[in-house]
Amino acid sequence: MSRWLPFEWIAALRFLREGWMQTFFILAGITIGVGVIVFMSALLAGLQSNFLQRVLNAQAQIMLLPPDEVARPLRDGPGIVEDAVVQRPTQRLRSIDQWQAVQTQMATTSGVTMTSPVASGAALALRGEASRSITLTGVEPESYFRIVRLPDSIVAGQARLLNDEIIIGTDLATALGVALGDKLRVTAASGRDATLTVSGLFDLGNRQVNERNTYVALRTAQSLLNLIGGVTSLQLTVQDAYAAETMAQAIQGATGVRADSWIRTNMEFFTAVNAQRTANTVIRLSVGLSVALGIASVLVVSVVQRSREIGILRAMGGTRGQILRIFLIQGGVLGLLGSLSGSGLGFAALVLWHRWARQADGSELFPLTIQPDLFLAAMGVATLTGVLAAMAPALRAARLDPVVAIRG
Amino acid sequence: MPAEVLRLEDIRKSFNLGTPLETEVLHGIDLMLRRGEFCALIGPSGSGKSTLLNLIGLLDRPTAGRLFIEGHDTRALDDAALTRLRGHSIGFVFQYHHLIGAFTAAENVMMPLLLDRGHPDDTMRSTAEDLLDRVGLLPWKESRVGNLSGGQQQRVAIARALAMNPALVLADEPTGNLDTRSADGVFALMREVNRTHGTAFLIVTHDPRLARRCDRIVEVVDGRIVTNEAVVHSAAEEA
Repeated sequence: MSRWLPFEWIAALRFLREGWMQTFFILAGITIGVGVIVFMSALLAGLQSNFLQRVLNAQAQIMLLPPDEVARPLRDGPGIVEDAVVQRPTQRLRSIDQWQAVQTQMATTSGVTMTSPVASGAALALRGEASRSITLTGVEPESYFRIVRLPDSIVAGQARLLNDEIIIGTDLATALGVALGDKLRVTAASGRDATLTVSGLFDLGNRQVNERNTYVALRTAQSLLNLIGGVTSLQLTVQDAYAAETMAQAIQGATGVRADSWIRTNMEFFTAVNAQRTANTVIRLSVGLSVALGIASVLVVSVVQRSREIGILRAMGGTRGQILRIFLIQGGVLGLLGSLSGSGLGFAALVLWHRWARQADGSELFPLTIQPDLFLAAMGVATLTGVLAAMAPALRAARLDPVVAIRG
Repeated sequence: MPAEVLRLEDIRKSFNLGTPLETEVLHGIDLMLRRGEFCALIGPSGSGKSTLLNLIGLLDRPTAGRLFIEGHDTRALDDAALTRLRGHSIGFVFQYHHLIGAFTAAENVMMPLLLDRGHPDDTMRSTAEDLLDRVGLLPWKESRVGNLSGGQQQRVAIARALAMNPALVLADEPTGNLDTRSADGVFALMREVNRTHGTAFLIVTHDPRLARRCDRIVEVVDGRIVTNEAVVHSAAEEA
């Protein structure tokens, strides 16, 4: 009998050991429950951060655009309107007014980590008889490629953009039958055209994107799109991606240009994440609840089985508090031990899953990140759940009338 | 130290109070037990012996009347205080040993001390071993109680009842479940503890042979004490 353990602990541990079969089965139950929770939580966290990483690496967090053109009704004088029907004007390809000044202002705004000007517009890529419509994106590679990780997706050539070079997707290359180093004619809607050399091929894992997106040097795009010296957008990254929307609104208020955050342009993504999170929470709560009910039912049976012993303990001077604590401790110990083995199970499942669940090409679906916090939290919550689940049986034990209990 | 360990004054006990099923099972019991007395409590089944024993053992409260344990009026005490008084002044020996199966013999004997002090310590263990030695079970101190015979278990229960050195031991048919030889041994042990320690015993028994070997016999019939007289031991019995 351990000298430094209080009586309640000694009795609780002895009771658990004596009823080893019950203890074993409920521990197995808790282990599976905690294992499932740990596995699902880690998986979902990994999935979300990976998703987020992909989304954030493919676009800027805030995009500054020229404000929409609006029609001003012609007026003769106050209250006299010439033309009552105001049509929405067509949106020409326009530059952000004074974009250099805006960029300088953004660069010094706190929270903004990177700015990059972009000139983009529609164009046609031609080779022989074949033509494809493309989106021409003119960029400054040094800054832009730090916002959009295109170099990570280059499968042939390099992410280099001289004045007469173009980077295209693999699907466009297939459609036009071009390879690295081949030449391509690009005609913009303005009527200007240029012959460009393919310097790199990228694969972003999306057929439409691979067919449509092309990247050229900013100057090349400016001249093709007839936007000499102008840019159609300024791309920004910020320190806290989740604060992008608030920052965008602040920037819009301060500069007068339109600011779109990735949060607004990816509403669907956030809806999906939230739906997933809700489903996960419901599942975790249900598993946690059934674990708690399991602990409670085992302890209720134990109280019934031991009611005579409880009566004896009371007759020998045991207080209601001591009896209560004996059973609360049993619940807590079950929760803690179950969460230890459950964390082990969850960890093993994660490692196995990471090894076996692969993409078609054998690469991992997404990197596995295992945070110790998750296991600590699981243990804390499981122990607390055990104690709470033990509450009803423990109260029942403490309230037993010794006379009735001893007589059985 | 008061000479009396137990005094009952007009104790009444009713069950199902305030319902049409209300029944009074004890109708005014007066009883006094002195330090070191060895008293048998006899009576037919259903006479109220067990109810009386539960009241004396502070496991239940009387409906009316006063009950003193070592001079303490128990009427004014709350539940926690009753538990404390019970733990310190009264030892229990039940018909079925009622030991705690998850513990060894020595640990069962320590149990009342453990409940009182909260932590195990060396003095508890030596007290338990002394008591086991006295009941002749020292070699079995580390045995699980489930592995002991009925007589041995009852001896452990007696050792446990003595752990807090109580003034009064209540024994509810302590030999009722034992063969004659074990029963004699257990009875002799209680008698010896009573003589050497001065512990008062109140023993419920159905066995007239055992009852006659006590100092006094109290007979309860239909909730009333009908006999309360000292036993005159012949020289032959004493031997």
